[in-house]
Amino acid sequence: MRSKLVLKRMLRNPQARYGLLALALLLLLAYIGPLFGPHDWTEKDFLAFMEPPSGDHWWGTTQIGQDVYAVTLRGMQKSIIIGFLVALVSTGLAALVGATAGYLGGWADRALMWVTDLLLVLPSFLIIAIISPRLKGGSWLWFVVLLAVFSWMITSRMVRSMTLSLREREFVLAARYMGIPAWKIILRHVVPNISSLLIIDATLNVSAAIIGEAALSFFGFGIQPPDVSLGTLIADGSAKAIGYPWLFAFPAGLLVLLVLSVNLVGDGLRDALDPGSNQ
Amino acid sequence: MGVYLFRRLISNVLLVAIAASMAYFLAATSLNPRFKYEGRQPPVAEAVVDATLEQYNLNDKTPVFQRYVTWVSGVATGDLGRTWDGKPVNAELGRRVGVSLRLLFIGTLVGAAVGVSVGAYAAVKQYRISDRLIGVGAFVIMAIPVFVLATLLTIAAAGLNDALGFSLLEYTGEYNPALSGWDQVTSRLNHLILPTISLSLGQIAYYSRIQRNMMLDVLGQDFIRTARAKGLSRRDALFKHALRTSLVPVATYFAFSFGTMLTGAVFTEKIFGWHGMGAWLVESIQSHDVNSVAAVSLFAAVCVLFAGFLSDLIVSAIDPRVRVS
Amino acid sequence: MNEPTTGRGAPVLEVSDLNVTFRGGVKAVRGVSYRLDRGEILGIVGESGSGKSVTSLAVMGLLPEGAEISGSVKLHGRELIGAPEGELTRLRGKSIGMIFQDPLSAFTPVYTIGDQIAEAVRVHQKVGRDVAAERAVELLDLVGIPHPDERAKAFPHQFSGGMRQRAMIAMAIANDPDVLICDEPTTALDVTIQAQVLEVLKTAQRETGASIIMITHDLGVVAGLADRVLVMYAGKPVELGTVDEIYYRPRQPYTMGLLASIPRMDRPTERLIPIEGNPPSPAALPPGCPFAPRCPLKADACDDAEPELERIGTGGRMAACIRAHEIDLKDLRGADVYPVPEPPAGAVERGPREERETVLALDGLVRHYPLMKGAVFKRQVGTVHAVDGISFDVREGETLALVGESGCGKTTTLQQIMQLQAPQGGTVVVLGKDSAKLAKAERKALRRDLQIVFQDPMAALDSRMPVGDILAEPLRAHGHRDGKAVRSRVAELLTLVGLAPEHAERYPQHFSGGQRQRIGIARALALEPKLIVLDEPVSALDVSIQAGVINLLEDLKDRLGLSYLFVAHDLSVVRHIADRVAVMYLGKIAEIGEVDEVYGRPAHPYTRALLSAIPLPDPELERSRTRILLEGDLPSPADPPSGCRFRTRCPKRARLGAEEARRCAEEEPAVIRLAPAADHGAACHYPEDPEDPEGAGGPEDPEDTEAVAAPRP
Repeated sequence: MRSKLVLKRMLRNPQARYGLLALALLLLLAYIGPLFGPHDWTEKDFLAFMEPPSGDHWWGTTQIGQDVYAVTLRGMQKSIIIGFLVALVSTGLAALVGATAGYLGGWADRALMWVTDLLLVLPSFLIIAIISPRLKGGSWLWFVVLLAVFSWMITSRMVRSMTLSLREREFVLAARYMGIPAWKIILRHVVPNISSLLIIDATLNVSAAIIGEAALSFFGFGIQPPDVSLGTLIADGSAKAIGYPWLFAFPAGLLVLLVLSVNLVGDGLRDALDPGSNQ
Repeated sequence: MGVYLFRRLISNVLLVAIAASMAYFLAATSLNPRFKYEGRQPPVAEAVVDATLEQYNLNDKTPVFQRYVTWVSGVATGDLGRTWDGKPVNAELGRRVGVSLRLLFIGTLVGAAVGVSVGAYAAVKQYRISDRLIGVGAFVIMAIPVFVLATLLTIAAAGLNDALGFSLLEYTGEYNPALSGWDQVTSRLNHLILPTISLSLGQIAYYSRIQRNMMLDVLGQDFIRTARAKGLSRRDALFKHALRTSLVPVATYFAFSFGTMLTGAVFTEKIFGWHGMGAWLVESIQSHDVNSVAAVSLFAAVCVLFAGFLSDLIVSAIDPRVRVS
Repeated sequence: MNEPTTGRGAPVLEVSDLNVTFRGGVKAVRGVSYRLDRGEILGIVGESGSGKSVTSLAVMGLLPEGAEISGSVKLHGRELIGAPEGELTRLRGKSIGMIFQDPLSAFTPVYTIGDQIAEAVRVHQKVGRDVAAERAVELLDLVGIPHPDERAKAFPHQFSGGMRQRAMIAMAIANDPDVLICDEPTTALDVTIQAQVLEVLKTAQRETGASIIMITHDLGVVAGLADRVLVMYAGKPVELGTVDEIYYRPRQPYTMGLLASIPRMDRPTERLIPIEGNPPSPAALPPGCPFAPRCPLKADACDDAEPELERIGTGGRMAACIRAHEIDLKDLRGADVYPVPEPPAGAVERGPREERETVLALDGLVRHYPLMKGAVFKRQVGTVHAVDGISFDVREGETLALVGESGCGKTTTLQQIMQLQAPQGGTVVVLGKDSAKLAKAERKALRRDLQIVFQDPMAALDSRMPVGDILAEPLRAHGHRDGKAVRSRVAELLTLVGLAPEHAERYPQHFSGGQRQRIGIARALALEPKLIVLDEPVSALDVSIQAGVINLLEDLKDRLGLSYLFVAHDLSVVRHIADRVAVMYLGKIAEIGEVDEVYGRPAHPYTRALLSAIPLPDPELERSRTRILLEGDLPSPADPPSGCRFRTRCPKRARLGAEEARRCAEEEPAVIRLAPAADHGAACHYPEDPEDPEGAGGPEDPEDTEAVAAPRP
């Protein structure tokens, strides 16, 4: 009932409408698009190196004869999966740590917030950059874990401060005075009541993770060859962007569109979930 | 107050120490400075390499804990050790912080000032065409990652220079070392244009969004109604009461972001060829330079904590509700 | 339908047929008309959502964009509706001043009070910065702020609520306005502070000669202040007349019901008379008279058309009811028209107090908090003595009310009881069990018998759970696993509090305030407790709804044999519901005893001041009463005065000799039993003579008194 209302409010907002539409189209392109392409992403066309877009290679070819259309969509699939997984893990972690620290207070709070501070202080880019190339051969899921571990702290601080005020709210006091154990109150009363923040945050974390992955891959610290992501493709393309713009334009353009549409959806969600804000 | 300050200092020093130590262990165990000496022509004898690495405290044959102790005792006396090719890290750090500061100072100031103005303007014009255009613009810019933006800027500059037949806009390095005097100053300024745009555009977009939201929050509050009830026009109420009050959260964010930016301009520095802290972050890893990696980590950790402290100070300076009386 | 204007000079402000419609077609104000003469005070009275505040914002031209306004507002004959914005800006603050409800959010937090008042001066007068600053200090002095030159440099958050409201008045009168609109100016304040602020308002009117529009929901505040009263319901004026006419001879059933439903401190009644139902939502008004669904005099014709304000009798009196003439002819009263609820059947006669079981006993309870300050250099700057050694007990089947103004420690006391942990000092004994000696399982078991009802019925219910789950939560937490049994218990509980079993499916947002509070009560009853702590359970409710909830609480107490600890600041409600009352001041008990004793023969000077500060809904009485006005604010609980905590504001100190006064400063008074009464004690060295209502009594011989602080369990 509430979710229906939120959806209705969201669809009334033109920004969010376009965002959702664009996101849906991009997802279709990433997952259905490759089926219609004439080439597989692993195929190498030794007759066409660095060819501009043509009837056979819709978006041109790369230095080693790969079809840019196929490779870019493959990279986009990876970027999307990484984005969603990182957002899921990091928002979940943020909710758990923040709500627990805020609700329990005392020593648990101090310890958890100290860990949060430590992770904030650690140079995340540097650490991921050192570790991730050494996971060669390991699953790219490790990379997801690394990204997630370094992206939940700010949200968890927000969750904590919201929990601190929720803790004094009367319906939580009522539950406590009823003798309901702390973990149950956290799961039944605290987390559902900060769900707006969590949903919005998860959405924005998707785009942050997509950019984060691309940024690390740009220097070769992220997804390792032969696997591709939008980041590795942009890195390869940007060096040759002046002479061979299709190598750069397609992955970069799709990345921007992807991030833009996710951000629009996130902003629309914020307005729909929190009617007090601005709209 | 003294006790509180002391406790905060202790806990911060502890955090920095742990963060830097973790970074050191990680770098010392997974990076391989020896690799820089191997495969040279003519080949260098292993004993010589060992001796050189030993001298720089980089020898992977020494137990890592022992290297760590050496490093820590150096750091404790203010010596961050040697780079992989034997230069003092301290000097390199000083030079690079200078480069980053020269680049970031203008960029962050422009970003915040323009962003706040644009955001305040959008809030006042809420739902009008100009507000919507600013909103869409901000969203598009925020969706463009810096490395794409910077690349696009270099492409545009190259195209422009080609079309004009001379180099109107420079996009590599900090200045042209061949020039001196006033020419060097203008060269420096020219070299600043594109990186500054690359740095500040995203910030303008971001600040304009938060400033707009903060301002709209404030606009709905009772004291704006009071200001108008005593006879202030809408405009005066907005500028005298809403803008000033909504600056409080934005200023804290500004302080915080400036601190973290010092090591965060990785892409702008790399793409435009500035040898600042951000570039060093990447270069030190790529050149397996353990002590530099540790130095960057230490510096970044100090920056984050200092930025937090700075933003607290700013809040208490501009928000009388928390001012210490 | 306009008010007759015969026989009076030109009005200062004349509003006719004012309508306000918000985006989405919500008609917040429908056809309001009134006139305001020079120097007159007009009270606009109505419950929340009646459109009274929107009316005044429309007059000021301060409604948010998107509100449609029609009708006419004339200030000195000049039309304001549709006037250019620049002209309105010149009038605001100059000809019309406005005072808002919540003075903390009404001041800009980052500028000093002095600057903000000076700004109001400079907007309309061509004077220099220093002259304006001087004028601001003068104005602060006028409204009774001590050390105005220093206080002008303080920021809003450094002022207390009462001081802020004074500063607000100073700002509103800075340019000698002709009209002063006060929108619930004292609602956020404590009664003794309210009395001060109302005095300041009278001073302000004397100084400026302004006409005042006083908007309030509190019929007591208007009674002593207003010349005429306009009653609003569902965005529409329903009755208008002089204050005596409205209070003594109301002719519209809503006004009659409103006056009948108020608990009277001076005339306690057996049962309160509620108005059934809820005010209609402005988005979905019933056809015909909006009050008809709740009206005991409803006739079929009431649904046909909405009645307009019509002249009743001679003079300026008007009412919007088709049966108003009939009411006038028969001279009907609220109590004649509204059904008086039956007293609860089967009220058990209980034995004398001493023989009943003690359900709650506090002995010397202490709770101190560290006082922290600063954002960067957070540090402890003192200790808040929130509760500083209080003792009382509650016996089975009894209601003890804990009253006091904000900051007196009543909420802290309640939290200490509910936590069932060892207190910092003293003991809390619930049903014979010492909270400090409870094992975990015992504590949980004890929670079955000790329940709480909160003040804010919206905040107390998790808005994401349906009512059925909310009521089932305590049952499940205490081992009721059988789904069917839980469901039937939930249905039973809903019926018990006057709701329907099918309401279990709905969410709290779908209920009105009064209904939500009933759900909160049902949840407290779920586990069949013995003691219920009621934390201001009716203070968030409108008067007409409040009466029904109070009656429900009384019925439940008798039917289920409950005991109540009732925390409140509204002394009229307390007089009605409580058996005993404890008055708190700054973390201490000032006076405790049977309700009739404490109200009838208050012995502590603070209790006297408190009782005298309460405005009564009785204009004649209000005009003839002399108030004991307390000076200044409540001292900070972080730095309570030595000796007697009330001595800094005690009106009695002036009558004491130097020697006697020294005892107040040096020796802390304990609660002493007052000789003739069995259950009445006060913590004062020189309690007032109970037989002398003017309180001229001298010091008593201390040997006649003995301690009656709560008996040890």
